[in-house]
Amino acid sequence: MTDTTNTPTQGIQLRHLAALDAGRFLIQHCADCGKHIYYPREVCPHCGSEALALVEPQGTGTVYAVTTVRRKLDAGGDLNVSLIDLIEGVRLMSRVDNLPPDQVKIGQRVKARVVVSDGKGLVLFDALEGGAA
Amino acid sequence: MSNSLKSLRGSAAIAGVATFGCGEAPGFTDMELLARAARAAVADAGLTMGDIDGLCTASVAATMWPMPVIEHLGLNPRYINGTMLGGSSFIAHLLPAMQALASGQCTAVLVCYGSAQRSGTFSRAEIARSRKFLDPQPYETPYEPMMPASAYALAASRHMHEFGTTRRDLAEVAVAARAWAQRNPEAFMRDPLSIDDVLKARMVSDPLSVRDCCLVTDGGGAFVLVSAERARDLPKKPVYVLGNATAVWNRQISSMPDLTVTGASQSGTEAYAMAGLAAKDIDVVELYDAFTINTLLFLEDLGFCKKGEGADFVRNGGIAPGGHLPVNTNGGGLSCVHPGMYGIFALIEAVRQLRGEGGDRQVTGATTALAHGNGGTLSSQSTAILGTADAL
Repeated sequence: MTDTTNTPTQGIQLRHLAALDAGRFLIQHCADCGKHIYYPREVCPHCGSEALALVEPQGTGTVYAVTTVRRKLDAGGDLNVSLIDLIEGVRLMSRVDNLPPDQVKIGQRVKARVVVSDGKGLVLFDALEGGAA
Repeated sequence: MSNSLKSLRGSAAIAGVATFGCGEAPGFTDMELLARAARAAVADAGLTMGDIDGLCTASVAATMWPMPVIEHLGLNPRYINGTMLGGSSFIAHLLPAMQALASGQCTAVLVCYGSAQRSGTFSRAEIARSRKFLDPQPYETPYEPMMPASAYALAASRHMHEFGTTRRDLAEVAVAARAWAQRNPEAFMRDPLSIDDVLKARMVSDPLSVRDCCLVTDGGGAFVLVSAERARDLPKKPVYVLGNATAVWNRQISSMPDLTVTGASQSGTEAYAMAGLAAKDIDVVELYDAFTINTLLFLEDLGFCKKGEGADFVRNGGIAPGGHLPVNTNGGGLSCVHPGMYGIFALIEAVRQLRGEGGDRQVTGATTALAHGNGGTLSSQSTAILGTADAL
């Protein structure tokens, strides 16, 4: 049996999503290569290390790519889907929630917030003043 | 590039190809479409099912697909490859099959696919729902992207932002594909299509309209790969595999390092190196055009133009009949056929062009062709360089 002192009893996805459901948005940081990681992994995709910690990001970022999913009104209406680059250097899919979908532009500066609904947390972003960078 | 890999250049040839039920084939299952295409490809090669001792196949729905295919066709293959990389799979099956042929593990490999996704009772929506459980993407699915279209729409948005590409430029790709389809009796959509038609079509996931998206059709496709030596004794003009390489950089669009550069830049470089050819040496090009943005990205990543210049390249009918490069001469996934995974159909069209079987759409004197497959959401890329005996 290997030393399990530092081995968590649950996988990273369950731990990460449990924090999200409690209203906390966390990303990973690798102690060996110094890079941030998202989505969370068991092993650093940059250097193979297991020395990964869940850390709180600053929460600010920029819209990297954008689309409007066209849906009928009874299916929820048009929906923004964006890829957001956080200043820590990681990218995630999300939604810019405080603008009409056709107003979300690449380069828009955004700030993360967690919305918990029916016990499930979701990371959304709000546009910051100043428009596109 | 290792010497042993280079020594495989031209070692195998495609001796038979066939399609079956392309467009609408109500009443047929995936397997039945596959079996009909397989039988016809084997016959086209001048062989019988009993000669087949290698099998490559993949299915969108069934994870253990080679087994029912072996059972249905009554095969006893010594070589089996069920690698599933999405739509690029059947092009990615080439190099391992060449290695199997070179080692003597087998002597005739059947590569085959069938899908009844347009007419079938098990709909695409049901497959998408099942996949949420079998292949979860918990960091994308909650945002409700309309996959796969939204992934390609995100890539298109980035290309427009960085290089000034417009929706009109994307429409050029759809219009060129339709013009080729009008010359192909097998193509599913052959009505006239204008730039304005594409721009005014129903939006799906901005900046892509429904005419920027591939068809949803039924269809089966198959080909037979044998050693170059054996191919010369078979009835059809051999089409030699000069190079093949595959690259995967990510599964999810949110994990793609740069949405304007695909793994085709790697698979293309390696396939050209194996073939000893460059983009300028290629006579006819078949690219997996699941969405109009694909064609721009792959023209750039495969070296037909510089990064960011795809829009210039396709403008004013650049890739349409009579343009400066014949691209997607069957009408592509946009206008010819797209039964879930299109890669095998791109390869079959390349073979038909090199055989001179292109009819009204034949590219005169073509001796080299490139067929490129894409899978997932710009996730897997596989490039094949093919040639006639003149290109050996």
